[in-house]
Amino acid sequence: MRAIDARGIAALVCLTALALVPVIAAAADAPFYVGLFARVMIFAIAALSLDLILGYGGLVSFGHAAYLGIGAYAVAILSFHGVTNGFVHFAAALAAAAVAALVIGIVSLRTSGVYFIMITLAFGQMVYYLGISLNQYGGDDGLSIGRPSDFGGLVDLADPTILYYFVLACLALFLCLGGRAVRSRFGVLLQGVRSNERRMVALGFPVFRYKLAAFVIAGAVCGVAGALFANLTLFVSPGIMHWTRSGEIMMMVILGGIGTLLGPVLGAAVYLLLESVLSRWSEHWQAILGPLLIIVVLFSKSGLMGLIRAPRPPHG
Amino acid sequence: MDPGLRRDDNGVAAGRAIAMIYVIEQVLNGAQFGVMLFLMAAGLTLIFGIMNVINLAHGSLYMVGAYVAAAVFGATGSFLIGLAAALAAAIVVGIALEVTLFRTLYARDHLDQVLATFGLILFFNEIVRILFGATALYMRVPDFLNGRVEILPGAPYPTYRLAIIAVGLAVALLLYLLIARTRIGMLIRAGASNRVMLGALGVNVTLLYTAVFALGAALAALAGVMAGPIFTVESGMGESVLISAFVVIVIGGIGSIRGAFVAALLVGIVDATGRAYLRPLLALFTSRAAADSAGPALASMLIYILMAAVLFVRPQGLFPPRGR
Amino acid sequence: MKRQLIAAAAAILLSLPAQAADNIKIGFVTTLSGPAGIIGKHMKDASDLALAMLGGKIGGVPAQIVYGDDQFKPDVGRQVADEMLKRDKVDFMTGFIWSNVLLAAYQPIIQSGTILISANAGPHQLAGAQCAPNFFSASWQNDQTPEAMGKHMQDQKMDDVYMIAPDYAAGRDMMTGFKRYFKGKVAAEIYTKFGQSDYQVEISQIRDANPKAVFVFLPGGMGIQFVKQYAQSGLREKIPLYSAFTADETTLPAIGEAADGNYEVGFWSPDLDNPRNKEFVAAFRAKYNYYPSFYAAQSFDAITMIDRAVAAVKGDVANKEGLIAALTKADFPSVRGKFKYNTNHFPIQNFYLLRIGKDSDGTYVRKIQKTVFADHADSYAGDCKMK
Repeated sequence: MRAIDARGIAALVCLTALALVPVIAAAADAPFYVGLFARVMIFAIAALSLDLILGYGGLVSFGHAAYLGIGAYAVAILSFHGVTNGFVHFAAALAAAAVAALVIGIVSLRTSGVYFIMITLAFGQMVYYLGISLNQYGGDDGLSIGRPSDFGGLVDLADPTILYYFVLACLALFLCLGGRAVRSRFGVLLQGVRSNERRMVALGFPVFRYKLAAFVIAGAVCGVAGALFANLTLFVSPGIMHWTRSGEIMMMVILGGIGTLLGPVLGAAVYLLLESVLSRWSEHWQAILGPLLIIVVLFSKSGLMGLIRAPRPPHG
Repeated sequence: MDPGLRRDDNGVAAGRAIAMIYVIEQVLNGAQFGVMLFLMAAGLTLIFGIMNVINLAHGSLYMVGAYVAAAVFGATGSFLIGLAAALAAAIVVGIALEVTLFRTLYARDHLDQVLATFGLILFFNEIVRILFGATALYMRVPDFLNGRVEILPGAPYPTYRLAIIAVGLAVALLLYLLIARTRIGMLIRAGASNRVMLGALGVNVTLLYTAVFALGAALAALAGVMAGPIFTVESGMGESVLISAFVVIVIGGIGSIRGAFVAALLVGIVDATGRAYLRPLLALFTSRAAADSAGPALASMLIYILMAAVLFVRPQGLFPPRGR
Repeated sequence: MKRQLIAAAAAILLSLPAQAADNIKIGFVTTLSGPAGIIGKHMKDASDLALAMLGGKIGGVPAQIVYGDDQFKPDVGRQVADEMLKRDKVDFMTGFIWSNVLLAAYQPIIQSGTILISANAGPHQLAGAQCAPNFFSASWQNDQTPEAMGKHMQDQKMDDVYMIAPDYAAGRDMMTGFKRYFKGKVAAEIYTKFGQSDYQVEISQIRDANPKAVFVFLPGGMGIQFVKQYAQSGLREKIPLYSAFTADETTLPAIGEAADGNYEVGFWSPDLDNPRNKEFVAAFRAKYNYYPSFYAAQSFDAITMIDRAVAAVKGDVANKEGLIAALTKADFPSVRGKFKYNTNHFPIQNFYLLRIGKDSDGTYVRKIQKTVFADHADSYAGDCKMK
């Protein structure tokens, strides 16, 4: 119980710190950081959704960027056809990503282990090539979005600060829902499947349905992240669905620490900030980022969260 | 335009013969590309099957092989010296990686392996740019393999590509003999099924693993050297072929050399015939414009569709390894 | 129209806090990492050279160029541009290899009022409906180069041409541009997977179709692979290969002899005969020991035109209207000789037929054969509202 409280406090501290970013950025005359951290939080939501199935469910999906792209394209394509209503945008992004995840999940979840990694990668690549072939929506050139999602005066996403707090609210919501989900009967069952699937099947649980439900929820949440991403960049292209992007989202989860709620947030922040800082410093920044990732793997068994939490007695 | 029909037909029979030769030629193209993929997939599936480690950096060893061969070939003018240098370099790099990194990774889960080897990819892609410059390297076909052989009437085939087929078949045969017929092969098979038992029997498993890893690295470098004269020797060249090689080993059943060989040919032929025939085929059913737009996209997706279909029917691939 | 109004309003608003221009900053977005990093290197080296030749000053004011790596990803390019605008507070934005990266970063830059000079990408949207007073091209509109090849092959009364391009937006645009001037018979129009490495299937198709000529647009590594494999297949001796953006100074070192005798088109080549170009190519080769590509030439021109424009407003970079007026006049020494702007701020320029051959040292280079187009304007200027 104490551990849960500590986690809750950590999440609160984290969210409060994020809430202060626009204030500090305005004071320091550095508005650029508002956009950067909005980007960080959007990837944090994507990473969080992946962690739900990867960390808690043991399902290593290597095609998660597909849902990010589907969510973003849902917004862009609706805008392209003149639909600007934000509620429609987000509902469509969520639904489209959920349906895609349902179809992909039904096929992929028949396999396990490395086969699952590869089949999800295959579906990710199919969606990527599908994006390139969408000639009327710009194909590889991508599609510009005239205006952000319109919530009828409720929130004005054209203002970078309001968009920032909107993303933050989404992140807080998903963290909160995620925290509840993993402690719920559903979450506990999911973790049971990860540790011993055969036993769960033997106990008579409809394991496949649970895994599929988790897979669809993760896809849908990632679709929302995609819709937010479309609002941040006001531009989508198939590039956001490339397999390397799926790899990056997975890196964020592993880097932060799988099977934790704050881990993916931390991982997304560290990964994107390192990328931003290192790439300004040297064009050979990837020669530095690569070994850093290896060091994290070698010296921490559960990512950065493992480093922060320090050695702690088991079940403490 | 339908590639199966030639405009300069003199008679139906002649046209049919030419069309048939064209079909055979495309299948040969696919098989040749498949053999190229097999060279890459063999090392990958070997390392995966025995040490149970996902090595995304396999593509980096392929790149190291191609770069070293291109540089040494360029400097000495001898393809064979370039090949030897590339194999030596890949074995040295492979052993260094195994000793410093992979030994720790064997005990970790697949996720840690993915993250660490992804880090290696980033590192190697930049290191070759620092060492060899940003320009792609020049590598020509060696003189003794330059030229063409008319194996099919009217369709001369590059000798070098026939050499790739020969090398691939030789590697497949040698690997089969090594694993099925030699003492080392027996140990490798034993290590794959039960590492602890093998160690208890007094076999130096650590050394065995290092040797297998070095062999995998050498195979990747061999693939890189063979690819150099026809593909582009540039930073990041390993990634696209890595994904295709993963598709191959997954279709074949991870750890199975035989599966990798069959799957590589399958992937190569499906890819080639898809590129050659999908668009004209679609044009029969839909408008030409729709076929023009959907054909290439579908052809790009074809090997992934193939993999998804195979895994749907056989979730462990075509030749699942036994006893695991 | 609304966009231009917003842009104009933004330009006026931003010009209010006229600060003393003690240090001019130019943001340069390009690809520095990954395989396409070679193009970024050409552009960066040329810009550094231009600034060095100006004594580190732009229009007489000390200046610096801030480089950003777009990683060949549109969203990263946009992020980098945003960073330059808001954090570095750059006075000019330039660079941009890729159309999709430029399109992604375009609106925020234009709306900020910052002057944007594309040093490579020239998507048709920006030449037409989305043109803006503060956008300029130092290169070309994407269609112009393949148009020149289409014109040349039409002039040669060639018939039965086999066309290959990657399956992405620029590939389809290139083929459209080609067909705008080429009226002969098209044997086939094939789109291949982006990033494809093996072209043996397509080469067999070409042999089977037996056309009179082949025209390809396969940039970067794809081109290196295709041209090598085409030569190895033995078809090069039978069916001549014409290409656009395929064999250039960034890829020729890796293609080598396989490109010998192939045809390309371009607005520029290292051997273009004018004093400014001779100065540029000599200085570039002396400093970096390799041949500059057209990417380098455009970047060199971009920095030079910024320098002349800043000099025209006497260093007052807050005077955006003055800068725009000066840039529109295009009164600067260009490596392409004469240079003038169309109403949509894209150059009206010559295009030449180029052939690949050896220079006196045995290095493969592109050499000018003849002028295909004199003073060629792009076909989208009519859609641009600017006059």
